[in-house]
Amino acid sequence: MKQLNRKLLRELLRMKSQMLAVAAVVACGISVFVSMSSVEYSLKSTKASYYSDYRFADVFMQVKRAPESMLENVRNIQGVAAVRSRIVADVTLDVPGLNEPASGRLVSMPDRKVPVLNDVFLREGRYIEAGHPEEVIASETFMEANGLKIGDRVGAVINGRWKELVIVGMGLSPEYIYEVQPGAFFPDNRRFGVFWMSRDALEAALDMTGAFNDLSLTLAHGASEKDVIQRLDDMFRRYGSLGAYGRSEQLSDRFISDEIKQVGIQITVLPAIFLAVAVFLLNIVLKRLVSTQRDQIAVMKAMGYTNEEVGLHYLGFAMVPVAIGAVAGTALGIWLGLGLTKVYEDFYNFAELIYYFRFEEVALSVLLSAGAALVGALSAVKRVVSLPPAEAMRPEAPVVYKPGFLDRKEFQKKIPVSVRIIVRNLERRRWKTAISVIMIAFAVAILIAGRYSYDAINHLILVEFSGKHREDLTIIFNESRPRSVQYNLASLGGVLEQEFYREEPAKLIYEHRSRRQSITGLKTSDGLKRLVDAHNRQIQLPETGILLTTTLADILGIAPGDTLTVEFLQGKRRTVRVPVGGTIDELLGLSAYMRIDNLDRLTEEADMVTAAYLRIDGTESEKLFADFKEMPDVAGTSMLKAMQESFEELIAQSMTTSTVILTTFASILAFAVVYNGARISLSERARELSSLRVLGLTRHEIAFILLGEQAILTAIAIPVGFLIGIGLSVLLALALSSELYRMPVVFSNFNFVFALIVIVAVALFSGIMVHYRLNRLDLIAVLKTRE
Amino acid sequence: MAYNQGSIGQTVLGVDKVSKVYTMGEVKVEALRHVSADFYEGELVVLLGTSGSGKSTLLNIIGGLDVPSEGRLYFRGKEMTAANEDDLTAYRRESIGFVFQFYNLISSLTALENVQLVTEISPEPMAAEEALKLVSLADRMNHFPSQLSGGEQQRVAIARAVAKRPELLLCDEPTGALDYKTGKLVLDVIRKVNEELGTTTLVITHNVSIAAMADRVIHMRSGEITEIERNERKLSPSELSW
Repeated sequence: MKQLNRKLLRELLRMKSQMLAVAAVVACGISVFVSMSSVEYSLKSTKASYYSDYRFADVFMQVKRAPESMLENVRNIQGVAAVRSRIVADVTLDVPGLNEPASGRLVSMPDRKVPVLNDVFLREGRYIEAGHPEEVIASETFMEANGLKIGDRVGAVINGRWKELVIVGMGLSPEYIYEVQPGAFFPDNRRFGVFWMSRDALEAALDMTGAFNDLSLTLAHGASEKDVIQRLDDMFRRYGSLGAYGRSEQLSDRFISDEIKQVGIQITVLPAIFLAVAVFLLNIVLKRLVSTQRDQIAVMKAMGYTNEEVGLHYLGFAMVPVAIGAVAGTALGIWLGLGLTKVYEDFYNFAELIYYFRFEEVALSVLLSAGAALVGALSAVKRVVSLPPAEAMRPEAPVVYKPGFLDRKEFQKKIPVSVRIIVRNLERRRWKTAISVIMIAFAVAILIAGRYSYDAINHLILVEFSGKHREDLTIIFNESRPRSVQYNLASLGGVLEQEFYREEPAKLIYEHRSRRQSITGLKTSDGLKRLVDAHNRQIQLPETGILLTTTLADILGIAPGDTLTVEFLQGKRRTVRVPVGGTIDELLGLSAYMRIDNLDRLTEEADMVTAAYLRIDGTESEKLFADFKEMPDVAGTSMLKAMQESFEELIAQSMTTSTVILTTFASILAFAVVYNGARISLSERARELSSLRVLGLTRHEIAFILLGEQAILTAIAIPVGFLIGIGLSVLLALALSSELYRMPVVFSNFNFVFALIVIVAVALFSGIMVHYRLNRLDLIAVLKTRE
Repeated sequence: MAYNQGSIGQTVLGVDKVSKVYTMGEVKVEALRHVSADFYEGELVVLLGTSGSGKSTLLNIIGGLDVPSEGRLYFRGKEMTAANEDDLTAYRRESIGFVFQFYNLISSLTALENVQLVTEISPEPMAAEEALKLVSLADRMNHFPSQLSGGEQQRVAIARAVAKRPELLLCDEPTGALDYKTGKLVLDVIRKVNEELGTTTLVITHNVSIAAMADRVIHMRSGEITEIERNERKLSPSELSW
């Protein structure tokens, strides 16, 4: 077998460009598989250990104010393992170096460091000291975004009083892995941060001595979350509970869990495509190899090599490039996985995001690629192994052509002979032609689907930041205010336009389904805030009844015309029945809208507002911001433009990286298919082409015949690839959409143009490489031999 | 019948002291050594030699598939020795007709299309149908190579070679892959083309019997011409036997 291995090695070297192309395709597939599955595992296990190390709670609840004595009752609920009460308050911040006001979430911590639920991981500095009410631990992202250091001071308006907070520690918490302002979707770390401070200090500042407004608990093993939530809701209704909820409604967990799910989806699709292409390539390359080596195979058998030995030898032609691809792909996958982990560190605030690489991934990728090699090689090898030596010695039967499409009378005269050669070749092997087209189309599809997410996010940015909102900033009051607050705002210089709205926490119930969801009361659907759907089309607010986002209506299983039961969770806590006036297909989150006066009527609390959209005069913004920083009723402000910028900045790099990677991979795929296709045609037809050269055809003329075939395949593959790409994107949109956001199905023209350019460039490049080989055809040798 | 008289025409092609050395790895092989010969309008020459005699190398050089290492080649008085790749392609395209041992038809093209392949790119070709009629294949011209017998395929190859009205028809072992009867039929087609079109024809073979149909016979051995013999009693292919 030694000599056979030598033969294998030498011939592999001779076919190195084809084999490398196969190896590269395998490497792409394996690298995606290894990187995505290792990242998924890393995220999952990091999340799990972070949650358990820092005791992330299972159930959460906000109340207006409940006595500390209630804790004992909670502990007695069956299935509750540990409970923690806290005081949480949203305040306006004055951050050094930042003109506009920022928002802070103050979270109470025990005065002495003891293990608690939703604990804080201290990255730097120290824990707060008892007797120092001004000391805080600030969130790492906020400190980094604002360039704050331990010892820096931040101003805060707490319960109407201006206080100076001193940062003594930099921390993070499993509660805020994704740290966004309440009600927002995009992180703006400069303008929103979490601060952990002394419970005593907060009790004093907020007049909450002996009381709490935030409850979290963990469940005992096997406990029913639903039952515990039900008990909590009953128990705390009279304390202004906004309804208890599990981790699945906790925003940060929701984001990170969705992300992990999305990574999981990517483990399968791309690697499957790449491995399928590798199977196809191995199959055509090996078939060709075996047919050019028929005589050698016969000789080997005549000398006494067994079928298994011969078969294994040819299987080696598949195994070696696949093994190279698998090794390279695994290495590349680890490298990509590490890089991707870094990207996730930007998005999500883990105490430590550890990249785990497991042996299972290597084993599985080896198994997958060996499987691919086997499937690709088997049919080609089987054919040759089964031939008796004497038959193998004889040349293969001549290729049979039959009259086809072109032989209809109307075409006879018009079409040049060279084109007929091309078309007949494509026609003769319809399956191979079809599969080649599909393989190239896959490359196009990967490009389309890869840039699709870019288009989708751009569209989302357009709709969310330009279509929906025309305000410059939003101010949120710390509790419902009478509508007369508008006069206060109007009296501030620089406010050009103001539009109040009201957020009313409620529980929406239809049949056996229910959902905690604030209802937004708006004056109009076309004010500073506009109601627009996924396609940026304007939707009207119904005169009566409630407007639900499509996803919310789906969750509740309700349709326009049905009647919804609404339990308000604040004020008079009325329960009312409201007809569903329509649905709106929004991209982000869940919402329920109605006219503000209808909301006033239903709650029996008129003229209340909770927030306002403002359009301001840019020249007076500085003074205005200074005023806001000192306004007692303001819990927070959010700046649309700033949010957009910070989101775009966050997303830009990862988008560029993923575009570069996918474009490279798709190019490799397209190149491998086109180049191998042309090389095999060249090998099959070297004799024919040489004969043509001898007959006087120029190099370009024979190149036209050879490459014309690949050109036609590519040309057909492009529109097919567009279709597959659109299909793949739709699947991606469905798979990636969640309650948090829906991926809009939108494509920019540039996406298609880009895919077209890349594929044409790749096809041209492989054409040039094959053309170069054509120039070296040995015209004489080929005439002397029978194939 | 003027063409049938032997070397009366002008020189079509002249070979002057041509040598060819191949380098095979570290060994140099002298395939041709100072070979000189002229070929005249309308004659049929048989180039006779055993394998390794250098006859194919000479044919390749004459056909513009290869260039000599030494010596000169003249076509219609014009020196071809210094011709580049493009000149040689043009030379083959316009002036040379090739017939190969293994026919080398394009399997994806019908008989007619194989001939059209050449007529499409020639300046003054005959109609492809006419060329096929010449080789008595008018009735099978829409067949693909896989539907034709070996002899028929070789006749298509001849039709393809002559359809451009070449100055020189080069046939490399045209009967090498054919049985006795079919071989003779094909040789008769070559004779017919030579006589009816007056195309200067060069047939290379190792088959001594075929020499009897030539106007002149060039004998080669070990890269050299050993003898150029005028055939005084020319036979028709049907009279040949081997």
